[in-house]
Amino acid sequence: MPETNILTTIGLEHYLVLSAVLFSMGMAGVLLRRNLIVLLMSIELMLNAVNISFVAFSKFNNNIEGQIMVFFVMTIAAAEAAVGLALAVSIFKRFKEVNIRFFEHLKG
Amino acid sequence: MSHQALIAILLLSPFVGFLLNGLRYRSQNYVLAGSIATGAVFVSFICSVMLMMDLIAAPADQRRLTANFFEWIAVGGFKVNAGFVVDQISSIMILIITGVGSLIHLFSIGYMHHDKGVTKYFAYLNLFVFNMLILVLGDSLLTMFVGWEGVGLCSYLLIGFWFSDAAKAAAGMKAFITNRVGDAAFIIGMFILFFSFGTLNMYELNALAPTTVEASWLGAATLGTLMLFIGATGKSAQVPLYVWLPDAMAGPTPVSALIHAATMVTAGVYMIVRLNPMFVAAPNTMMIVAIVGAITAVMAATIGLTQYDIKKILAYSTVSQLGYMFLAVGVGAFGAGMMHLMTHAFFKALMFLGSGSVIHAMEGEQDTRLMGGLKKYLPITHFTFLMGWLAIIGFPLFSGFFSKDEILWQSFASPRGSVFLWVAGAIGATLTAFYMTRLMALTFWGKSRVPKEVHPHESPVIMTIPLIVLAILSVVGGFIGVPHLIGEYLGHIPNYWAEWLAPVIKTLPEAAAPHTATQEWALMTTSVTLALISAFVAYRIYTSGKGTNEAIAKAFGPVYNVVNNKYFVDEAYFGGIINPLVKQSQNLWMYIDVNFIDKTTHVISDMTKGAGSLARSFQTGNMQQYAMYIGLGVVVVLTFVLMR
Repeated sequence: MPETNILTTIGLEHYLVLSAVLFSMGMAGVLLRRNLIVLLMSIELMLNAVNISFVAFSKFNNNIEGQIMVFFVMTIAAAEAAVGLALAVSIFKRFKEVNIRFFEHLKG
Repeated sequence: MSHQALIAILLLSPFVGFLLNGLRYRSQNYVLAGSIATGAVFVSFICSVMLMMDLIAAPADQRRLTANFFEWIAVGGFKVNAGFVVDQISSIMILIITGVGSLIHLFSIGYMHHDKGVTKYFAYLNLFVFNMLILVLGDSLLTMFVGWEGVGLCSYLLIGFWFSDAAKAAAGMKAFITNRVGDAAFIIGMFILFFSFGTLNMYELNALAPTTVEASWLGAATLGTLMLFIGATGKSAQVPLYVWLPDAMAGPTPVSALIHAATMVTAGVYMIVRLNPMFVAAPNTMMIVAIVGAITAVMAATIGLTQYDIKKILAYSTVSQLGYMFLAVGVGAFGAGMMHLMTHAFFKALMFLGSGSVIHAMEGEQDTRLMGGLKKYLPITHFTFLMGWLAIIGFPLFSGFFSKDEILWQSFASPRGSVFLWVAGAIGATLTAFYMTRLMALTFWGKSRVPKEVHPHESPVIMTIPLIVLAILSVVGGFIGVPHLIGEYLGHIPNYWAEWLAPVIKTLPEAAAPHTATQEWALMTTSVTLALISAFVAYRIYTSGKGTNEAIAKAFGPVYNVVNNKYFVDEAYFGGIINPLVKQSQNLWMYIDVNFIDKTTHVISDMTKGAGSLARSFQTGNMQQYAMYIGLGVVVVLTFVLMR
């Protein structure tokens, strides 16, 4: 029985399945949870799931552009987290809780 | 000044007065409002006099001053100018309108001085004069119709002037709606004439009038003039559309004098005289006009016998006198009709203003049963009223005598007259003498029945001056048109009136049957004697204090009851026309509107609403739900893309 290199037997499909699973988990989190912190984490999860797909495609297609795109996504994700956390802090200061229903108070 | 400018000032002066008062209608300064309004009409009167003098100076066949201000309507072959004409007929009308109008405006200053809406009142009154002038000066039927509708509007506004009283507002509506019936016929008449003759200009129509009389009932001239006459029965309160005029007495009394006695209600007579060649060509129409006039004259006079409201008596008297005018124009005596129009304007305006003075003195009371013996409290009013009374009963040599006698004679002697029309006219004259004497006796003579808390007083000078002027006119006004027969005896006075109107009046084509002077004297003596006897009887009955009210009612039994209830005409209209119409309208409303149209639209709107609420249930404002829709959408799209 020839030794099988686990690294060579992992194909593109595996990465994409992982990416899809992670993305779905993140999506479920965004749709179902009410805590703003968890929501931000779920979004982060979705972004990173997408990143995995980018890197995987980049590797298997021998195209560097996918990896470049990942840097952009990470940058945006950092900015988004900063803004999101700032909102979370101000909501927490006012209501002593970070449930997203308090955002209704932003209605004009 | 050129006559165009004069006509422009004549027309616009009351309109400017209307604007000046109308724009500050809340003001209660009755002196200012009254001065503006009276001044505006007086300026018009001066213009009328100057135009009249120009006309008299002109040769008899060129007495026509025209002013075309602009082309109003030009659609294909249909052209109407804003053209106004002063000729022999309209010059008389503008003198009456502005002359009597000025006096009535002056009277109103005294009569309306404690009314809160006095400025609005004068604005309406000026607007009325403006519209009336358009009516009489317009050179086409359409221009006339503008004024015709305008005076109807002002009449409505002024009848319902005290609109917070529901009955008075209803009287205004009644006048307006009754007039609509006539106006519809008037419009149809215009259509027929335009369709057949291709113009609405009255001079062109008159020139195009058939030269041979139309024997058929369906000829253009007959149908057209008949429709115009139905319009006139509305405006001039003839059978069957007279019912609004007695109710119109709800308005202020000077309004009754100006609009519902002297000017507006004579518009129908004026229209017929204006179009006299067309009417001459349609003997069937003229027969209808004469019969309707005679019926109205007698019927309204009988109702007048039983009324107790001083203004109602005068109102029925007006309807009756208008009947005389239509009787006159119906038998082809256009000059006599115009003459009676003028003398009636004098004495009826006088009597309405006199009744206003009485009502003013009685602090608003109009019931003659609560008057009597007012002669000593109101000497000037009584004396002027007396002159009006003598004029209307046709006392010899007073103005009403000449005009009414001429009408009666013509209704017998004219080729289109008949002895029946004369009999109806004579009965009307007898009844007129009776109810007018009754009015005098109940109001001014006999014992006082005035309630103790009322203290009658003579009206101020501003109200008595118009009375005096009108009284003088009522006495001497008739001498302008003395019939040939009497003129001979009074030192050969020529009949200026007939000479003046001769160029614009078409003589009847039929040859008159020979009549002798003896016949004329006999008929005149008969009618005057009947009138005087009936006046004397009324005087005896109503000044003696006995035999009034109940006794008379009992003596005539059911006849009195029918007459007192105005022949149940209002009830018949309600039962026969108005109530069924209302009932059918309600049915239409219930079954067509509510159950069909409304239901259909409700179904449509309910469907829209249902779809809306369905769509609304997706729009919760919940961010997470929206994110889910996006996710689901992506899944659906991807499924489509990948499955393809």
